[in-house]
Amino acid sequence: MTIDNNSNNDKANQNIKPPPANTVGIIGWIRKNLLGGWVNTLLTLISIYILWLVLPPLFDWALLNADFSGSSGKECTTNGACWAWLDQRINQFFYGFYPPDSYWRVNLSLILLLPALAYILFENLPYSTYGRWFALSYPIISAVLLLGGVGLEGVTTDKFGGFMLNLVAGLAGIILSLPIGVVLALGRRSKLPLIRVFSIAFIEIIRGVPLITLLFVAVIIVQLFLPPGVSLDQLIRVMIMITIFASAYMAEVIRGGLQAIPNGQYEAAQAVGLGYWRSMRLVILPQALKISIPGIVNTFIGLFKDTTLVIIIGLFDILGQARLLQTNPDWMGKVDHETFLLAALFFFIICFSMSRYSINLEKRLDTTNK
Amino acid sequence: MNENSAVIEISDLNKWFGNFHVLRDINLSVSQGERIVICGPSGSGKSTLIRCINRLEEHQEGRIVVDGNELTHDLKNIDAVRREVGMVFQSFNLFPHLNVLENCTLALIWVRKMPKLEAENLAMEYLHRVKIPEQAQKFPGQLSGGQQQRVAIARSLCMRPKIMLFDEPTSALDPEMIKEVLDVMVDLAETGMTMLVVTHEMGFASQVADQIIFMDEGLIVEQNTPEEFFNNPKSDRTKLFLSQILSH
Ligand SMILES: Nc1ncnc2c1ncn2[C@@H]1O[C@H](COP(=O)(O)OP(=O)(O)OP(=O)(O)O)[C@@H](O)[C@H]1O
Ligand SMILES: [Mg+2]
Repeated sequence: MTIDNNSNNDKANQNIKPPPANTVGIIGWIRKNLLGGWVNTLLTLISIYILWLVLPPLFDWALLNADFSGSSGKECTTNGACWAWLDQRINQFFYGFYPPDSYWRVNLSLILLLPALAYILFENLPYSTYGRWFALSYPIISAVLLLGGVGLEGVTTDKFGGFMLNLVAGLAGIILSLPIGVVLALGRRSKLPLIRVFSIAFIEIIRGVPLITLLFVAVIIVQLFLPPGVSLDQLIRVMIMITIFASAYMAEVIRGGLQAIPNGQYEAAQAVGLGYWRSMRLVILPQALKISIPGIVNTFIGLFKDTTLVIIIGLFDILGQARLLQTNPDWMGKVDHETFLLAALFFFIICFSMSRYSINLEKRLDTTNK
Repeated sequence: MNENSAVIEISDLNKWFGNFHVLRDINLSVSQGERIVICGPSGSGKSTLIRCINRLEEHQEGRIVVDGNELTHDLKNIDAVRREVGMVFQSFNLFPHLNVLENCTLALIWVRKMPKLEAENLAMEYLHRVKIPEQAQKFPGQLSGGQQQRVAIARSLCMRPKIMLFDEPTSALDPEMIKEVLDVMVDLAETGMTMLVVTHEMGFASQVADQIIFMDEGLIVEQNTPEEFFNNPKSDRTKLFLSQILSH
């Protein structure tokens, strides 16, 4: 037996060869991904040429030739970027008109956001029960921090601005639009005609109207229907509209996922005695949401970018702050590109992180070849 | 409960899909511990009949009483029936996002409200019975068809049902795997489980069935013991069906 085994092993070992050197490692990667066939080689060369055209001048402009100090645009004399405004204005880009001695409240709620998100997004963290409770109560905690109350000085929402405003509106929309979207998607497939008709009407009407129209409705028309003397915070109205808008799209994304789940899954869940809601929560939705991740994150990213529309209720989010500075006599004509570039960078960081996380999540949830 | 009392009592059952009359005047009584094999040509209503027993399909006329609960629109009765009836499907229908053990414990934890550890122990016991305890941590997508079907059987058995329904449990399997699933089903039959099995495995039927039912076009054409059914079929349609199926 042992001898047999050994000779087998020897034979097997003799046949094991390392893969050809030019198919592995860096060289292999380059050959496979950049130089595979003449079309790919050509595309690689064109890309390198374009990068060579764009990157060095951009680098020169943004950093090497840039001005970093000065108190007005006139002091920016080089032909590079003018970053002198950062010193005075970066706080407004981030906090808007929030009272400066309360900046710590915004900072604290941002810092608390990290553990709250971590407990929702990642498994296997220590103290997960407490963590989940903390994550659930985070919206209330941060609302108190930002708006005041319980001993903190009150801050009205018209003081909100800059990137913080985009984050607040975007996060609220993201947190609310997913569950509302799930309910609408289930409603659209419901056997009860009333619920089904309501869901279809809601989704189709909202999807058929541009967001900007909804925002005007929220700002101007809603006031006509409210009883005199009652007013609803403008920011809240806008957040509701952005959320509703994203929910309608979310519902369709999730419905697509639900339709991909074979009926047998629902039947098997019924057969072991899970009722409708438990079948949905434990069997159908986990699978449907998993296949919908790309669409869901797409909707999140779209929603986050739509928060820049708060400008129509006269709030100055990060884009509003950029425009404000561009029209400021001290800086006029000097900072057009710079301010937009900074705003773009902020948005890119958040949207790109969402996209990376979704890829990571899809890999983690893949049960076919673990 | 006494040996001869009926656990399933179906009387004058009629069902339509739209205008299509799938089940016609079905009468069937199944007593505790009885094993019934249902066969018949494709589209004859076999699946529909057994799916009516746990209300995956609704019937329009007649009565179905399972273990004393009549199936009506009353959700309480439907839940009560599903607690007593397990079902195994042709396409397994395991939950792909849960591993084998979680597939088995899901309903124990959420329907039976059993503590997790106890549920896992019970599930392992049944995975032993279907001879795949070593696969407990794998996901359904990593198992062969035969293994998946055995997990599906274990998942149903965990709920300790009084009655097991099988809808062509081996038709989606390769020949080598059919035997491993049939072996588990024979074991189960020997424990005295009440079973209704839709299958074309006539070897299995003659080995374990107390009664064989032949259906065609929504009717029960013939119902008999295996010996009579194979050696002495009464109707021409049964003879034709048997000649087709046994010639394979
Ligand atoms: N949901 C449905 N809606 C409409 N017709 C249906 C539906 N389900 C089944 N049928 C029809 O009812 C008839 C009986 O179907 P059933 O699945 O019970 O047949 P079966 O005997 O199990 O056949 P097979 O051996 O192919 O599984 C078939 O003609 C089928 O097309
Ligand atoms: Mg069938």
